[in-house]
Amino acid sequence: MSEHETINITLKVWRQNGPEDSGRFETIPVADVDTHSSFLEMLDFLNEKLILEDKEPIEFDNDCREGICGTCGIMVNGIPHGHGKGMTVCQLHMREFDDGDTIVVEPFRARAYKVIQDLMVDRSPLEKIIQAGGYISVNTGGAPDGNAVPVAQEKSEEAMDAAACIGCGACVASCPNASAMLFVSAKVSQFALLPQGRAEANTRVLSMLQEMDACGFGNCTNHRVCEAACPKEVSITHIARFNREFLKASLFGRMPMGE
Amino acid sequence: MQTLDGKIPGGPLAEKWDRHKMDMKLINPANRRQFSVIVVGTGLAGAAASASLAEMGYNVKTFCIQDSPRRAHSIAAQGGINAAKNYANDGDSIWRLFVDTVKGGDFRAREANVYRLAQVSNNIIDQCVAQGVPFAREYGGLLANRSFGGAQVSRTFYARGQTGQQLLLGAYGALSRQIAAGQVQMFSRHEMMDLVVSGDRARGIIARNLVNGELEAHAADAVILATGGYSNVFYLSTNAISCNVSAIWQAYKKGAYFANPCFTQIHPTSLPHVSGHQTKLTLMSESLRNDGRVWVPKNAEDKRPANDISENERDYFLEEKYPSFGNLVPRDVASRNAKQQCDAGKGVGPTGRAVYLDFTQAIKRDGKAVIARKYGNLFDMYRNIIDDDPYETPMMIYPAAHFTMGGLWVDYNLMSNISGLFVLGEANFSDHGANRLGASALMQGLADGYFVIPYTLAGYLGDAGKSEIGEDQAAFKDSIQFAQSRIEKLLAINGKRTVEDIHRQLGRVMEDHVGLARDEAGLKTAIQRIQEIRAEFWENVKVAGPANRYRLNLQKAGRLIDFLDLGELMAIDALNRKESCGGHLRTEAESEEGEAIRDDENFCHVSAWGYQGEEAQPALFVEPLAFENVKLTQRSYK
Repeated sequence: MSEHETINITLKVWRQNGPEDSGRFETIPVADVDTHSSFLEMLDFLNEKLILEDKEPIEFDNDCREGICGTCGIMVNGIPHGHGKGMTVCQLHMREFDDGDTIVVEPFRARAYKVIQDLMVDRSPLEKIIQAGGYISVNTGGAPDGNAVPVAQEKSEEAMDAAACIGCGACVASCPNASAMLFVSAKVSQFALLPQGRAEANTRVLSMLQEMDACGFGNCTNHRVCEAACPKEVSITHIARFNREFLKASLFGRMPMGE
Repeated sequence: MQTLDGKIPGGPLAEKWDRHKMDMKLINPANRRQFSVIVVGTGLAGAAASASLAEMGYNVKTFCIQDSPRRAHSIAAQGGINAAKNYANDGDSIWRLFVDTVKGGDFRAREANVYRLAQVSNNIIDQCVAQGVPFAREYGGLLANRSFGGAQVSRTFYARGQTGQQLLLGAYGALSRQIAAGQVQMFSRHEMMDLVVSGDRARGIIARNLVNGELEAHAADAVILATGGYSNVFYLSTNAISCNVSAIWQAYKKGAYFANPCFTQIHPTSLPHVSGHQTKLTLMSESLRNDGRVWVPKNAEDKRPANDISENERDYFLEEKYPSFGNLVPRDVASRNAKQQCDAGKGVGPTGRAVYLDFTQAIKRDGKAVIARKYGNLFDMYRNIIDDDPYETPMMIYPAAHFTMGGLWVDYNLMSNISGLFVLGEANFSDHGANRLGASALMQGLADGYFVIPYTLAGYLGDAGKSEIGEDQAAFKDSIQFAQSRIEKLLAINGKRTVEDIHRQLGRVMEDHVGLARDEAGLKTAIQRIQEIRAEFWENVKVAGPANRYRLNLQKAGRLIDFLDLGELMAIDALNRKESCGGHLRTEAESEEGEAIRDDENFCHVSAWGYQGEEAQPALFVEPLAFENVKLTQRSYK
């Protein structure tokens, strides 16, 4: 591995005390950053210093720190999760930056996401979309044998590509329309591909889309930045499948309950 | 010393669970809506329990500290989930999975629990397939299986390297459906601060809304804790940052017994410590040891780059010490030997706490393409984190804590000694004994949540009836007062050291003395050091406020108080267990090959500790373990 180095950087970081505060950028120099530390470890290191100086630490969401839980998500120099390809910001390392760099750090921004504190946003609208139909309605018990219904391997693999979504919401933050279409389509596509999911396919796609609109997310106009921003590299072919499912459901399906 | 009754049903092993289900009371579907249940934690066990109980008609309140129930740390499990389907036609059966799990746990788990686990393992796979979990499949469309963690049969189901994620998202989907139906009230970004107990029954919890800091009282007829493991007591572990012991620790302080706290599993192929700011270790699949050769320089303090060290200056210590198993010795043996080399000054890498895992020979033998096909994704992950090319220079690895077999003591019904308090998944001590087999953690979490608690909870509520203690009662007010004063006390100290700094110090003590190898002197040192660190914490910690907004540092400070107490109990338990078993190695009870030597005469039991007060020594209770179906034998890796 490369030599142990330290660099000095300057952060332009968004500070905001809750959803009602207007928020502002704060410029904070950070000296002696270990280049082998991750981006979030750099923030931890800075926070320890801030605390000892009686200043408020910077709040940011994070948990597993290995790119799978989907908790972290901030804009680094205007890009969700930073410029690393196929990775979350917790997997971004400081060796990607140079001594003397100024790094702009902001929360994910979208109409549907309210800022909770500093770099943390409320992504619960994504929860509501899943609650509207992002599942197969089977109760515990009574499932047939796992091998009762064969599933073509390529379908299963493609379903897995879609299911790899970690729900971080970077697609929304990258989209000029703040659309959640990549997120929604990944779930619709996963279940559309599996025989187990076909029974509810029509109601699922209609309900989830309706909830996405109700939550204040925009619509998809094929900018494709979501795909580039996605840390799991979920493909926009799932949006294409979503559109086909939507068309089928609109022609032949039932509208969601309550309509 | 009092003994504990595991309430294991009578009858032959294979009939116990079915008979017990017939004997337990039921709650009529129309009456279930009269009962409320609290579930804390939304990993595999908690999400599965919440969804299943809500589907049955109970009113469920579910809590998680993350911003969404989908983020619990079960999501990070990679390898797979075991089940006794015998789809591979290679001789697997419920009985074989049961025997393997009992032996793998080095005879420190309850036979009846493990048998039930093996029985319901098959239902889990069926359930998950029906939920749309995209398991790996063969070309014919049937489910694929692989052999995992040294098992002699192919019984592991998997979804690429993201099995935990897919199983959790399945359970999360089921939970989301119940939230939409109004049958589960979901409280995300809420942390359990206390368990409310009165009249020897769990009555509810105090939870803190992490966004605005408000303390809330929640009453219920039963409380289920599914809050995961406590590897973060070591500071650096493979667990997520928010994993903590506090929920079960508050229950312990309210009288629940803590069983086998010293049983921890330390995984050999984690990425090493590379930076002084490191907060987290990342696990890599141990399949790497199939082709990699482990070595360190022969001479201590040899700081030359790996490729400058010639063959005859290298010490392939596993191959030399264990000629027949070589680099494939079990997890605990591999981990212990790596640490010994580092302790002797032969560790490599920037911090000297790593050993090499070298693929040069395998690449020469099989070609780079073959190695890339087998391990390409792991090599990429390594390159990203360590910034080094493992095709060109040897990888560096180091052991890391990643699973805790210990946890709150529960009986066969998964109920603790406090009535109405159930504990599921990694949070209980249950089924893995002194060592967990690969791909068994996911199985246990889902077994507890989908297929055990729906029955045993009804059995309990059918007998005990409603709790009838409301949130306005003194028991709740006292608990809120306790939680409030703890936060105020933390913020008032205003010392000179950060929470992270003190946690790192605790982690180092745990790693040195309560980690891979333990001895009497080291454990006594650990107890003393932890007491000193605790005193230092209460005098000199500096915690960031204010308490009325989201403040991770304040949350971590509260969790560290409990880790400090837990660390001491782990050392006490390890000191008391004067035998080696599974992942617990006392160097006083170690064979020449470095194998654990059990003492079945004196320690064939579960050690459960009862809290006696702030200054008092905990009281020890034992549950004797009887092995009527699997013969007690000693492991050997010669």
